[in-house]
Amino acid sequence: MANTQGTTGLVGWIDERFPLTKMMREHLTEYYAPKNFNFWYFFGGLAILVLVNQILTGIWLTMNYKPAAADAFASVEYIMRDVDWGWLLRYMHSTGASAFFIVIYLHMFRALIYGSYKKPRELIWLFGVVIFLALMAEAFMGYLLPWGQMSFWGAQVIINLFSAIPVIGPDLSVWIRGDYVVSDVTLNRFFSLHVIALPLVLLGLVVAHIIALHEVGSNNPDGVEIKKVKGKDGKPLDGIPFHPYYTVKDLLGTMVFLIFFALIIFFMPEMGGYFLEHPNFDPADPMKTPPHIAPVWYFTPFYAILRAVPSFAGTQVWGVLAMGGAIVMLFFLPWLDRSPVKSIRYRGLAFKLVLAAFIISFLILGYLGALPTTPERTTLAQICSFIYFGFFFALPILPAIEKTKPVPERVTK
Amino acid sequence: MKKIIIALALLALPGLTLASGEGGYPLAKAPIDPHDQPSLQRGAKLFVNYCMGCHSLDYQRYNRMGRDIGLTDEQVKDNLIFTGAKVGDTMKNAMPKADAKRWFGVTPPDLTVIARSRGVDYLYNYLQTFYKDPTRPFGVNNVVFPNAGMPHVLWELQGMQEPVYTVHKDAAGTEVKTITGFKLTQPGSLSPPEFKEAMADLTNFLAYVGEPIKLERQRIGIWVLLFLALATVVFYLLKKEYWKDVH
Repeated sequence: MANTQGTTGLVGWIDERFPLTKMMREHLTEYYAPKNFNFWYFFGGLAILVLVNQILTGIWLTMNYKPAAADAFASVEYIMRDVDWGWLLRYMHSTGASAFFIVIYLHMFRALIYGSYKKPRELIWLFGVVIFLALMAEAFMGYLLPWGQMSFWGAQVIINLFSAIPVIGPDLSVWIRGDYVVSDVTLNRFFSLHVIALPLVLLGLVVAHIIALHEVGSNNPDGVEIKKVKGKDGKPLDGIPFHPYYTVKDLLGTMVFLIFFALIIFFMPEMGGYFLEHPNFDPADPMKTPPHIAPVWYFTPFYAILRAVPSFAGTQVWGVLAMGGAIVMLFFLPWLDRSPVKSIRYRGLAFKLVLAAFIISFLILGYLGALPTTPERTTLAQICSFIYFGFFFALPILPAIEKTKPVPERVTK
Repeated sequence: MKKIIIALALLALPGLTLASGEGGYPLAKAPIDPHDQPSLQRGAKLFVNYCMGCHSLDYQRYNRMGRDIGLTDEQVKDNLIFTGAKVGDTMKNAMPKADAKRWFGVTPPDLTVIARSRGVDYLYNYLQTFYKDPTRPFGVNNVVFPNAGMPHVLWELQGMQEPVYTVHKDAAGTEVKTITGFKLTQPGSLSPPEFKEAMADLTNFLAYVGEPIKLERQRIGIWVLLFLALATVVFYLLKKEYWKDVH
């Protein structure tokens, strides 16, 4: 007996009760993706791969990790030495955290150059920015767990930022820590948030991100809508089914990614002190402030913005606002960029220059955020922060001076 | 080609490390070799004889150490365990932490992962740069870790050395005295080259203890990379086959 999907047997039985074949078709075998995806389109899939890696290795790490101030550091070394393959799980997880940010930053860069945040994909972008925020919270809380010096003092510095907020600040930071200093209580609650609350939020958001993407279809390096030109069968002429074409292509991309991933895990798991900071091999000591507290590399651009803003009118809240603002600006991107042209291929020189300045200033900020401050570095950080925010304010006025090229009807090779 | 350049650029990004002591004293590179088991064994012997009275290796097990540096459980029990510990125990010491704090001003830190936090060059140079300084409680100071709380426990091996100063003017024109070398004033039981080699052994041992899995991880890593390289070729051909009909 055939059903609406035309399936029989076990699959047919399931299809009468659950949209198995229907979903397979909608999201894989009959989801039409533009045929001209390039290098930059690997990173969305890779982000999912890294997410799965973090969840799986995290589950097994949790089986041996002890979220208590007295035991945490020792339990990590126990995992490294006494748990079979524990060292591999730990390095996969710690390298995975950095890989997640590399992949996400490249994924976001792709959206910037090809205008993937523009109509009708604003919601995909918004979900994405919230994912980025949740990921930062997830990484920040996870970094406390090894209970090393940088775990402790990094958390101390960041939580103290909240106390700069007028009126409620001091109480708010105590509420976050659950104590007057970062302590066993803080470690315990960060563990809970890191292994349950935020992964749940992340997974939900990723599903929303993908549902929104599959509703409108993927953008592409030409920034043209493939749904506008359909064949007689009603399928986009420039689209190919995601499965098998992009599943095999992404498998190839995954292998190349894994080669780099394995190189780091097996041959340089500390990545020169960037993925695992050297001072974090000293157990947390609340009585001993390290001479230089640097956040992990993926937070340094925002940390540099924070430090670049001087205190004013007797409060340091401006730096905190600037750091928050640097992320909040991303939410407005789809409405700030008013050019009808999506892809950088057909945008004018003005946009290319503005985007290049934005990316370079972001990289310099990341470099500066890892170093101790000097007056020269602070000046440079202020200039770069200015350019960072300037990008968002330049976007709305760009169309007035920008000479765009004509966008083709169909995708190019 | 562009893709390869981007990929390489990404990999090269965080390739920087720091190498200088707190006092600005230039650090000599530690000549260590994790494959050199006799060196690791000599380092272990030095550690249990000279360091372990104060410093523990709380996360390192005796038998794991023995297995990794080429010693049987019996050899470890007979030569390296002085505390009555079992061979499967971790390498703790008997010094009460509270007493230690009173005696030295600070609790001597556990050294299990010290090579990972300070780096091997720091340790190698720190161990060799104690010098006579009557103003300090134990009569010695250190250039790599100025005003270290530790006495020169290896003095009977190294002997006692006094600093050689170089005077130069800084940017403001004031004279600055920096230590640029040492002169041995009282010889120890080891000659200077022998002591240097012994400190390389001890550093080598601490580097091993910092990450006992290191050699194994690199050995496995080679096979993982070979597998991934092969898989990449297979998936490349698969992709090419599927994409033949995309124009």
